[in-house]
Amino acid sequence: MEITEDTVKHVATLSRLEFSDDEIGKFTEQMGSIINMASQLQEVDTEGVEETVQVVDRDTVFREDKPEHWQGEDRETLMENVPEKANGFIKVPVIIEKDDNE
Amino acid sequence: MNYLNETIDSLNKKLASGEISADQLAKDTVENIKDTDKKLNAWITVEDDAKPAENLDFSKNKLAGIPIGIKDNIVTNGVKTTAASHILDNFMPMYDATVISKLKAAQATFVGKTNMDEFAMGSSTEHSYFGATHNPWNLDKVPGGSSGGSAAAVAGGQVVAALGSDTGGSIRQPSAFNGIFGIKPTYGRVSRWGLIAFSSSLDQIGVMSKRVKDSAEVLNVIAGADEHDSTVSTREVPDFTKFLGQDVEGLRVAVPKEYMEAVDGDMREAIQKQIDLLKENGAVINEVSLPHTKYVVPTYYIIASSEASSNLQRYDGIRYGYRAKDTKNLLDVYVKSRSEGFGTEVKRRIMLGSFALSAGSYDKFFRQAAKVRTLICNDFDKIFAENDVIVGPVTTTPAFGIGEEISDPVKMYNNDILTISANLAGIPAASVPAGLVDGMPVGLQIMAKRFDEGNVFKTADFIERNNKFYEKTPTGMED
Repeated sequence: MEITEDTVKHVATLSRLEFSDDEIGKFTEQMGSIINMASQLQEVDTEGVEETVQVVDRDTVFREDKPEHWQGEDRETLMENVPEKANGFIKVPVIIEKDDNE
Repeated sequence: MNYLNETIDSLNKKLASGEISADQLAKDTVENIKDTDKKLNAWITVEDDAKPAENLDFSKNKLAGIPIGIKDNIVTNGVKTTAASHILDNFMPMYDATVISKLKAAQATFVGKTNMDEFAMGSSTEHSYFGATHNPWNLDKVPGGSSGGSAAAVAGGQVVAALGSDTGGSIRQPSAFNGIFGIKPTYGRVSRWGLIAFSSSLDQIGVMSKRVKDSAEVLNVIAGADEHDSTVSTREVPDFTKFLGQDVEGLRVAVPKEYMEAVDGDMREAIQKQIDLLKENGAVINEVSLPHTKYVVPTYYIIASSEASSNLQRYDGIRYGYRAKDTKNLLDVYVKSRSEGFGTEVKRRIMLGSFALSAGSYDKFFRQAAKVRTLICNDFDKIFAENDVIVGPVTTTPAFGIGEEISDPVKMYNNDILTISANLAGIPAASVPAGLVDGMPVGLQIMAKRFDEGNVFKTADFIERNNKFYEKTPTGMED
């Protein structure tokens, strides 16, 4: 499978990442060699083999859904981690754009 | 305080007899870290005013008043936790990981957070926003990774033991490179609640210490069921120190030929010597095969990166962490905060994971890797039906030079070829020092079946008692 600059740009969009043209070139080459290595997996005969996605020794675990106090002291300690805030709320840029100037 | 000649037992005795106070020990430890870390850069955060717990009970709690290092991807209430990333460089957790709560209940002292590869992605601790850690045996060499800070801190005598995490070898490879013991327990032995997630089906918290017994003591404290992590087994946790001091008569030891073929020269000789030691003392050595070894690196990088791309979606610059300036709209906040906040290796893995999970690639890469994982698990089941432990090298070479491999990701990824399988199969695995090759430590890997850490400790302790590697002192710390 060939990794092109377009593949890398598409995957970057899926990943919510952006790269400079230089980085795109470098990533295309590196992703190419990593995917080339990963393509070896096609050699393995997995006909009829089940997938393993976890190695846990328990079935689905249920617990009561009850509120719990976190160990932090108050709302302020929680808000201290917020990068931008106003009036005790988390501030974000416009979500629904009316036009580009807004 | 320098811990090179100390153990948890020796410290416990000194504290209980009043030879040193826990307050003084905390102070001396911080002072020594600040001094020696100019060379090692093993710590991201050092707590200047580190204090022991109150009402210390030295007879009930072995760890009472003893400073333990914590890898910086384990969240600590009120102590900055960064995962060595710019995107979290100011993150202040509001709760303790379960392992931290358990260490607090055991009255351990906390002195700070150790350096690592960003989000535990790496094998050299060079991928840290806070700069590379140096190997105490030779400051120009890497300490391995991703738990390179914890490994260098223990090997350099800054703490007696430290917590690490191991997703594909991140405890065992740095332990091998630094001449210390390190164990990745069975997946499901230790709670991951509060461990910053990288690859949730592979991540496991474990312990690193100079001496085998000290890791058993710490694992005794942190292991066990947790209602905050439903992947932790509810089975009883044995006292791991009970497995120490035994002989290896009749122990069935499997040696995979693929692992021995991966090493040559002095490296192979150092490993073979440990196997011979087991044999001379009555262990039964069986040559076995792990036929899918050549596929473990691609299997791992597809699965781990896919899980990482999903786990790292949460870093969006909104509620915590780094937020980019001058953004126009919400999408712009996400894209710019992530692009400026993540380092190159993390972006590479997110990209690889997004690719492997994307339409058109899912069957070919992710699903195929998940199937090959089954075959790898089956290889182990077959061996453990007739053997108690598997032994072999941890790495193919001793520690490489700083800057040597960082520009070649495929080469860097191949470092993990001998450690990854234990994570894919969820089995316990450890590294115990085997000797020196070209003046640098190398490790013997010991694996056992799921929840059989006992045989890992038994074998490692036997090796430690016989080769006495702990008598050697790191060569890079002298002025």
